[in-house]
Amino acid sequence: MIDRNARIGLVLFAAYIALYGGFMLLNAFAPSSMRWIPALGINLAIWYGFGLIISAVVLALLYGALCNASTSKEESQQ
Amino acid sequence: MTYEASPMAVGVFALFVAVTLGISFYMGRKAKSSQGYFAAHGQIPWFVNGVAFAGDYLSAASFLGICGMIAFFGYDGFLYSIGYLAGWIVALFVIAEPMKRLGKFTFADALNHRFNSRSIKLAAGVSTLAVSVFYLIPQMVGAGALVTPLLGWPHWLGVCVVGAVVILIVVTAGMVSTTWVQFLKGSLLVVFSTVLTVLILGRGFAVSDRPAEQQTIVQTNDSFTVNDQPSTEQAATEAMRPIGEIVSLPSGESSTGPLGPLEFFSTLQESEIVLWQQEQSTSDDGTTTTTYTPNRRSGAEVLLPGEKFTGLRSDKLIDKVNFLSLMLALFCGTASLPHILIRYYTVKDGAAARKSTIVGIACIGFFYVLTLYMGLGAMTSGDIFSFNSNMAAPLLARSINEPLFAIISAIAFTTVLGTVSGLILASAGAVAHDLVEALATQTMTDQERVRIAKFASVVVGVIAIVLGIVFKEMNVSYLVGWAFSVAASANLPALVMMLFWRRVTAMGISCAVVVGMVSSLAWILLSSDSFEKIYGLPASDAWVPFSQPGIVTIPLGFAVVIVVSLLTQPREATA
Repeated sequence: MIDRNARIGLVLFAAYIALYGGFMLLNAFAPSSMRWIPALGINLAIWYGFGLIISAVVLALLYGALCNASTSKEESQQ
Repeated sequence: MTYEASPMAVGVFALFVAVTLGISFYMGRKAKSSQGYFAAHGQIPWFVNGVAFAGDYLSAASFLGICGMIAFFGYDGFLYSIGYLAGWIVALFVIAEPMKRLGKFTFADALNHRFNSRSIKLAAGVSTLAVSVFYLIPQMVGAGALVTPLLGWPHWLGVCVVGAVVILIVVTAGMVSTTWVQFLKGSLLVVFSTVLTVLILGRGFAVSDRPAEQQTIVQTNDSFTVNDQPSTEQAATEAMRPIGEIVSLPSGESSTGPLGPLEFFSTLQESEIVLWQQEQSTSDDGTTTTTYTPNRRSGAEVLLPGEKFTGLRSDKLIDKVNFLSLMLALFCGTASLPHILIRYYTVKDGAAARKSTIVGIACIGFFYVLTLYMGLGAMTSGDIFSFNSNMAAPLLARSINEPLFAIISAIAFTTVLGTVSGLILASAGAVAHDLVEALATQTMTDQERVRIAKFASVVVGVIAIVLGIVFKEMNVSYLVGWAFSVAASANLPALVMMLFWRRVTAMGISCAVVVGMVSSLAWILLSSDSFEKIYGLPASDAWVPFSQPGIVTIPLGFAVVIVVSLLTQPREATA
């Protein structure tokens, strides 16, 4: 079960690294892309920044739910 | 530079200190053993521990430093919020559960669980001390910056008072009292930051009717003038003009009235704002002149990265590498901070460690969203001072009303208390549990270990006080960036490889910790920022090409642990 939790963690970790790395590389090498205003008069820098914070919280909750589910499954099999 | 003391602020401040010390003395009765003193008997409920994570982590750097940096440079300060939170993803997905499973009191326990090696204990103990002391500097600088407007005391006295209160908290009840102080502080910080943000949105923006004019401070050996008027360092704020102006709003409005959370940004995007450029020069006769020049900027520019990290808007590769290096250190640093890692030992099992990390991420993430509102609110409040970015958040509260200023300042003060308590406790644990045990010739009793930890708390507290006075001019968030670099370089490679690589050896771990710590510290001390801001030498004389070490020293730590482990494999494994 611990291995299963670790595997779930590593998959979600990889997803977040892609989001975070993309943001940093865009800022460093294509900063003008952050000027783009996708919606509601707010630029990409703010949308993406808030998106990173909110996605961290969402992934954390997802991880918690998946680990709890795996714990319940393990207990029901015993 | 002092401000006039606010009686209400003094009252709230005294109440907070009394409650904090009351908790400590009450809890002190329950923390006589090592298990109680260092790990609160592993009995802290996961929800309380999660909020305490927020209380431990949301330091002066987050509240004062980030808000100040956003107020002075716009979006760039928010990059710290993003990086600080991202680090928690490493903590949750990679570190949390194994850390709880493998350790007992300190970060070295987890590193050392397969080896029982003295060299790992020594290396991890020294690294914990180095990181914690580095992290303590900005907290104490923040403490001085806070107590000054709150009580009207000079910076050094504020630092001494904070140091004394924290030493008392840690010495009386260790992790038990520290946890509850952090829980209290984390809750108050998130709740009142929300209140402040709602009030900022309710106030909206208004065009300033005051012209933005250059301000100057000239300091010689025997005189101090502010805007050409004789003054003193203590009374400078009386002569300085407050800043934080909006020059124009969309469609020529003079004020917006209440704004929605998204409308806040879209309105600012189309406004014009004044930022302030600071320049300092020292002549041959020792006269120091500091000028603050207004710089009209469009809101669209202020809401983009690059006002502080100017390299992002240049074509120089080295500046971009410096930025990426900082963001890498913030990402890797959280899960390497000893005072955060020891919090995993205060809950009963791995599931509780996981749940408390999730609660921590939710609280911390929510707070970091608020930092952008508070920072931009301070930038446009018309009530902050150009010479002290660390005071932006409390002064923003004062621009709304005096009671809020008193409460926010007092909460910011508990912010410092909570984080500094955790740092001093981590240092004391490293001394008593790692360093002394590694060097001792005979086993210590439980009581002796707690006594040594208490003595170490006092020594580290005194060191923190001295450093807090010496570094008073530095932005606290910037200093914390350095602490993250040292933590990420020294601790993360060893921790990750210990968890995920079976061939790692004790020598590999010890060498990675030492090389990561020494290389990142040396890099920082030889960087242009240190040359310019600490030694007062030209930045061009720096020995290293950019200031943030992480992008070099974190991979170096991984390389060292791999190479040394391969070279020191046990005979049966290599045969």
